[in-house]
Amino acid sequence: MVLDELKQYIGKVDPPHVREVEKGAIRRYADAVGNDNPLYYDEEYASKSRYGGIIAPPGFFGWSAKAIAASEGIIGLMTAMINAGYAGILDGGISYEFYLPVHAGDTLVASPRVKDVAAKEGKSGTMMISQFETTYLNQNGDVVAKATQHLIGRQL
Amino acid sequence: MAKEQIYWEDVEVGTELPTLPKIADSLMLVKWAGASGDFNPHHYEDAFGKSQGTGGTIVHGLLKHAWLVQLVTNWMGDEGFMKKFSCQYRGIDRPRLMKTMNEPQDGETWLCKGKVTNKYVDGDEHCLDLEIGVENGNGEKTTPGTATVVLPSRG
Repeated sequence: MVLDELKQYIGKVDPPHVREVEKGAIRRYADAVGNDNPLYYDEEYASKSRYGGIIAPPGFFGWSAKAIAASEGIIGLMTAMINAGYAGILDGGISYEFYLPVHAGDTLVASPRVKDVAAKEGKSGTMMISQFETTYLNQNGDVVAKATQHLIGRQL
Repeated sequence: MAKEQIYWEDVEVGTELPTLPKIADSLMLVKWAGASGDFNPHHYEDAFGKSQGTGGTIVHGLLKHAWLVQLVTNWMGDEGFMKKFSCQYRGIDRPRLMKTMNEPQDGETWLCKGKVTNKYVDGDEHCLDLEIGVENGNGEKTTPGTATVVLPSRG
């Protein structure tokens, strides 16, 4: 059974990624989105705000959630899905819980794990829905956010 | 640059957020790929998109998510805090091609919309639940979602 094979990845934890949240990366991210909020690029404005300096837009952790997720357990599961014939991979969605703002200069530790895999009947046949959960801690050891992503594998 | 801060008392269930229009064009998708680190060719090669069963190049789900984050965070202001956010990529969106180096061809404009669905106090936090979403040029919600924000209170 394909699903049984894929379910072996549930609970697999990838090695944590450690990254500095760079000011320039925040600015380029906000610019790509077309988000002109000065909290993300204007030092003087941001220093007078409640944050005391530049912050990252929620959902940006110095590098995208998707790039962080590109790690062994998740790559392993994706590879197994593709080999089993579910080669059409689509992003299904994302949900977050945010606890603290992310500041430019923070060093974040992202710990991704495979949360679940389930089969679902769709219009175009069976789909495999995988869920990945990533927890982000800052340099003080505080949890700043949790993200859960859904990746969908479809038979092509 | 700073907008006037919105307070919890200013908002009722049914209050609509100002609509945020967006145009996804090839340029934006390239910038997003670089800034976000998502280099999946599904978002810049038509033939690859076809091989993936989606008919061609598609807009990144996470880019649409970032538009929705912008909709909510710019509305809630510097004193607001977004506690929860979620969105689902239900419909496929295709970018406009370029007319000049920095201008897109005529075509679809996407509208990011939101409204307040619940207003409550949780402990010492003045909270609002929002229904949000990206609508395509035909008025179809391709990216529905929800968010929960905490606003300052005049209390």
